[in-house]
Amino acid sequence: MSHRLASGGRLIDRTSPLSITFNGKRLTGFKGDTLAATLLAQDQMLVGRSFKYHRPRGIVASGAEEPNALVGLGTGNRFEPNQRSTTTELFEGLRAQSQNHWPSLEYDFLALNDLVPQVLTAGFYYKTFLWPRAFWKHVYEPIIRRSAGLGNAPDADSRDSDRYEQIHAFADVLVIGGGIAGLQAALAAAEAGARVAVWEQTAHWGGRAPVDGVEIDSAKAEDWIRNTVERLEKMANVHMRLRCMGAGVYDHGYVLGYERVSDHAPGADAPRHRLWRMRAGRIITATGAIERPLSFAGNDLPGVMLASAMRDYLVNFAVAPGHEIVVVTNNDDAYRTAIALRRAGLGVAAVVDARAEVTGALPQAARAAGIRILTGSGIRKVKGGKRVKGVEICEIDSRGVAVTHRLDCDAVAMSGGWSPVVHLWSHCGGKLIWDEAGHFFRPDPERPPLASDGRGNLRACGAANGVTGAVLSDAHDAGLKAAQDSGASAKPGPAASDQVAAEAPMEPVWMMPRNAEYDLRSKMWLDFQNDVKVSDVQLAAREGFQSVEHTKRYTTLGMATDQGKLSNINGLAVLSDALGQPIPATGTTTFRPPYTPISMGAIAGGAVGAVFQPLRRTPMHDWHAANGADWEPVGQWRRPYAYLRPGESRIQAVNREVRNVREAAGLLDASTLGKILVAGPDAARFMDMLYTNMMSSLKPGRCRYGLMCNENGFLMDDGVVARLDETTFLVHTTSGGAEHVHGWMEDWLQCEWWDWQVHTVNLTEQYAQVAVAGPQARRLLERLGGMDLAREALPFMEWREGMLGGFDARVFRISFSGELSFEIAVPAGQGRALWDRLLEAGADLGVMPYGTEALHILRAEKGFIMIGDETDGTAIPQDLGLDWAISKKKADFLGKRGMQREAMQDPERWKLVGLETLDGSVLPHGALAVLAGRNANKQTRTEGRVTSTYFSANLGRGIAMGLVARGPERMGEVLRFAGPKGRMIEARIVDAVLIDKDGERQNV
Amino acid sequence: MSENAISALPGAVSEGFVRVTEAGPCGMITLRGEMARLAFALAPLGLDIPGTRAVTQAGDKVLAWMSPDELLLMLPYDEAPGTARALQDALRGDFATIANVSDARAVFTLHGAHARDVLAKLCPVDFGMLAQGQIRRTRAGQVAAAIWVSGEDEMRVICFRSVAQYMFDLLTIAALPGSEPALYS
Amino acid sequence: MLLLTCPCCGVSAEETEFAPGGEAHLRRFGPGSSDREFESYMFQRKNPRGVHFERWRHAYGCGKWFLAARCTTTLEVFATYPAQTPEPSAELIAKIREKRPDWEGTQ
Repeated sequence: MSHRLASGGRLIDRTSPLSITFNGKRLTGFKGDTLAATLLAQDQMLVGRSFKYHRPRGIVASGAEEPNALVGLGTGNRFEPNQRSTTTELFEGLRAQSQNHWPSLEYDFLALNDLVPQVLTAGFYYKTFLWPRAFWKHVYEPIIRRSAGLGNAPDADSRDSDRYEQIHAFADVLVIGGGIAGLQAALAAAEAGARVAVWEQTAHWGGRAPVDGVEIDSAKAEDWIRNTVERLEKMANVHMRLRCMGAGVYDHGYVLGYERVSDHAPGADAPRHRLWRMRAGRIITATGAIERPLSFAGNDLPGVMLASAMRDYLVNFAVAPGHEIVVVTNNDDAYRTAIALRRAGLGVAAVVDARAEVTGALPQAARAAGIRILTGSGIRKVKGGKRVKGVEICEIDSRGVAVTHRLDCDAVAMSGGWSPVVHLWSHCGGKLIWDEAGHFFRPDPERPPLASDGRGNLRACGAANGVTGAVLSDAHDAGLKAAQDSGASAKPGPAASDQVAAEAPMEPVWMMPRNAEYDLRSKMWLDFQNDVKVSDVQLAAREGFQSVEHTKRYTTLGMATDQGKLSNINGLAVLSDALGQPIPATGTTTFRPPYTPISMGAIAGGAVGAVFQPLRRTPMHDWHAANGADWEPVGQWRRPYAYLRPGESRIQAVNREVRNVREAAGLLDASTLGKILVAGPDAARFMDMLYTNMMSSLKPGRCRYGLMCNENGFLMDDGVVARLDETTFLVHTTSGGAEHVHGWMEDWLQCEWWDWQVHTVNLTEQYAQVAVAGPQARRLLERLGGMDLAREALPFMEWREGMLGGFDARVFRISFSGELSFEIAVPAGQGRALWDRLLEAGADLGVMPYGTEALHILRAEKGFIMIGDETDGTAIPQDLGLDWAISKKKADFLGKRGMQREAMQDPERWKLVGLETLDGSVLPHGALAVLAGRNANKQTRTEGRVTSTYFSANLGRGIAMGLVARGPERMGEVLRFAGPKGRMIEARIVDAVLIDKDGERQNV
Repeated sequence: MSENAISALPGAVSEGFVRVTEAGPCGMITLRGEMARLAFALAPLGLDIPGTRAVTQAGDKVLAWMSPDELLLMLPYDEAPGTARALQDALRGDFATIANVSDARAVFTLHGAHARDVLAKLCPVDFGMLAQGQIRRTRAGQVAAAIWVSGEDEMRVICFRSVAQYMFDLLTIAALPGSEPALYS
Repeated sequence: MLLLTCPCCGVSAEETEFAPGGEAHLRRFGPGSSDREFESYMFQRKNPRGVHFERWRHAYGCGKWFLAARCTTTLEVFATYPAQTPEPSAELIAKIREKRPDWEGTQ
């Protein structure tokens, strides 16, 4: 039985008991516990079920590498599945639920899978679910979804009630890992003068040195850790973070840190997680090493743990995994666990050591303590069901047929040696080498990841660097060199001196016993979470899988949430053995960020709710919002589609607005239109390059509509240009196009014609702009007073500047509706007041605002094109009948050469026409005009498509424009357009201008 | 000032671990051209041309370096139209462009010892390196921003007017009590 | 995510402050050019494994365009320099050659 010891536990506070529930059962732990420690302390050995076979699973590890003890934490809006109980700090009221079982953890119906494990071997899914094809969707997939998978997704209705944030930080040297190596490296770098940041993923500094009994400068490691942390915290050039995991290393020293700010205090008035976006000159990984399991039959039973984890629970939390324990190992380090267990008064049945000769200092100490050591031996099989009952021992080099010893025990501590944590080193291209002495991959210092200047920017130190034994001088060296790389030059103090017991070499054991029979091999787990066994990897190799990446995907080895932290090396070794090649020839799978899963909340950061994305508002936005605006997104702007009056539908509102503009007058908030100043001695020359038509001939005081094309000759933007003076133009762009057009202008000025004297200034937001359109427009403006807006004083396509009713106004006489129309620009700060004044002054004239849909219908009635409707990035102006706007006099303009290409001259090109349905209905948007027969791709042949289509309240029927093959030559012809559900709609080709063809309404 | 003119978010204030205030109408004039010519026009205002990414000040006027051929003159809102005209007159015949952009922008003031901590959450900028007298153009969240240290425990943020509410919300959320990152102090 | 130094304002900033603009040192072909010339200008782009010259704009900073010489495999940035540079300088070419002796050059 696992249990809490009466005394000890360096991290717990026995005076602060905490009450939690696990599967509804009330448990008590202490402040400082992890959830895993609390579970073990109350003999909750069984904590979950495995992925495929639903086998009972217990806690294996004590940190981020834990594959089994995943739980669902919290409820409702704070529920989160797949949380590691080994890294979950205890808090009052914690609610945890075990996962992946049905109906209950103790009795899992799907554990039947385990009775016929041959069925679910490597590649099972690929081999089984191919046929019959129709079965996949209706039979296989639902069953697999039910039986496989880990925790449950949160309720569809729940919303994460926590907040998250991100922060940018900078350091000369970032040290990842706050164990003794990390602290020493940070101290050296900081004393050398570098700006240093240190991240530690747990809630404690110092790593596992205190557990392992390390002495530093002839004192307990804890003393040195405390002193060093104090020193570092006092230094102005050092920034330290606990509970902050180095999640990923990216290009040019970009590192993500995942800080769990308040996971241990849910509901606190603080962000839950904070994502650190660190840019570091140099990075040091002091991420330590992870102990490897051993592969023996039954190594997945609850009660079988890593030897180091068992030591952690004992020393840190005073939790013992059992009363009688067997330690199985191939190295000296595991003897530390045996000795610690014995010291705690627990029974150590034996240390089973694969090595024939065991004479190191630690084994000798164990012997001296009276611990029995079985050399040259291995575990043949662990006995038990939901927990360990005993072990059978055999000779290590045997097939495992003969049992040499039977030992009763309730827990097994295993140690297969240690693997440096090389993940962060590898994320961004750092390469590994195989360490022949230590039997692990470690960072190859000759092939590190690179900074922007091409120099290596990462150093590993301590255990993460493959250093065994004393680590501090290696760490000091790394810290100093990293600081010097970033230009620091002060001389730091000397490295501290850490003393650890010397260890004899380990002896690799990838399978226990070495020649195990199939029966045993098929019960040796490599990947505990994904149920991948030694026999599965061997089968994959026999079936021809040679690449480690393929084998991983075929067997799912290392694909679980722990990403192979425990299984990786053991799996590689088994595969290499099966392929008859050395481990380095097999290589590793790719290490990808994040190191352990990070929350989606941290990735989204603060960009949720109101600030999910910027929403651009005009100066009149609040008025629109308060007066029925039905919003339409236009880029990041919100524009009113229509203003709905109480009881009015969207369509009714649009029809009212459309009629009102032609009958009285309407106001349109046109502030979103792009407004770019183009100024300088060469401005006219530049304008002639930008536009297809001639702009240099425009006179000051006048306006001209113009087209802008890209170099392909495709129409990009359009709008009215006003010439302010001889050297200054004001360019109006579409609402969505302002930033792009401004960038486009700057690109040509900076990168191609840099000797031209032209400046551009984007004035889009300087002005609020209101279009006043309709027969009553002039009367309304004259009521404001101050400017002569008579036909002769301000003719069509001219502009004037002045004080209009106390507003600093520039008035353009331009029209996009075909009505008498003025656009009034005032400084944005005066926009709302102008809007209010116009509405007030025009109340008795029937003046009302209109939205973007009315704007679109009004322009369509006049046959005016809209960028984005009639254009799709492949239309040239000639396609739209805009030949008149293309200068023939200019030798060059942007897009001219593109238009000269053969395909652009093709008479078969689709060209703009008006379309009139025979029955007066509204054509569906985007509908295609179809022909009989099929094209070379066996698609229905087409000869045109609808680009704009509306109901016109003024004409009382549907109106449309479209692009049709040779359209303008085919006036009067009837085309068939494909409607919904196979319905065909007939429409006649007509002139696109449907109202006031001679333009008399606007010219009054 | 025209009686009709208002700033983007008149009177907006939020109190977090840093106080965020919308600064009200601020005069701003963009000057483009060669620095030497601009210097000539600005001399009567008592303003020196700032070095790269620097800010100079004379009384209630601040002059900021925006790009190798662009300066931003900040001054009382009411003075902007007249000053812009005067600058234009002084530079007549030169290749230089003057534009009053006062209404195109919103300005926020951050008061408090931890203003840098708020901005660090929004901008990919090392605020430890941004000293008084320097300006940094960057992004805050998803929009453009210009930031400078305007005084002891005071920083200023300029953005486009249309995104003033977004910027105010960003700053307010980043300054929420309980979220102090204690990065810069 | 790259770290680039804008040669116009001197800021070293992360990639999110910049906007990429494709290959650098292209020659514009306008009216009067052959189809082949126009095609090379509009569509033919280098996509090398190794040394590449590209355009960037400091979009969230000073707004200026500049050019960068960069290795597409190691991401090493050899230099950033003004956009008003018709072709890489001899000095830049020499610097790249020193670091990439087997580089085949700009053609």
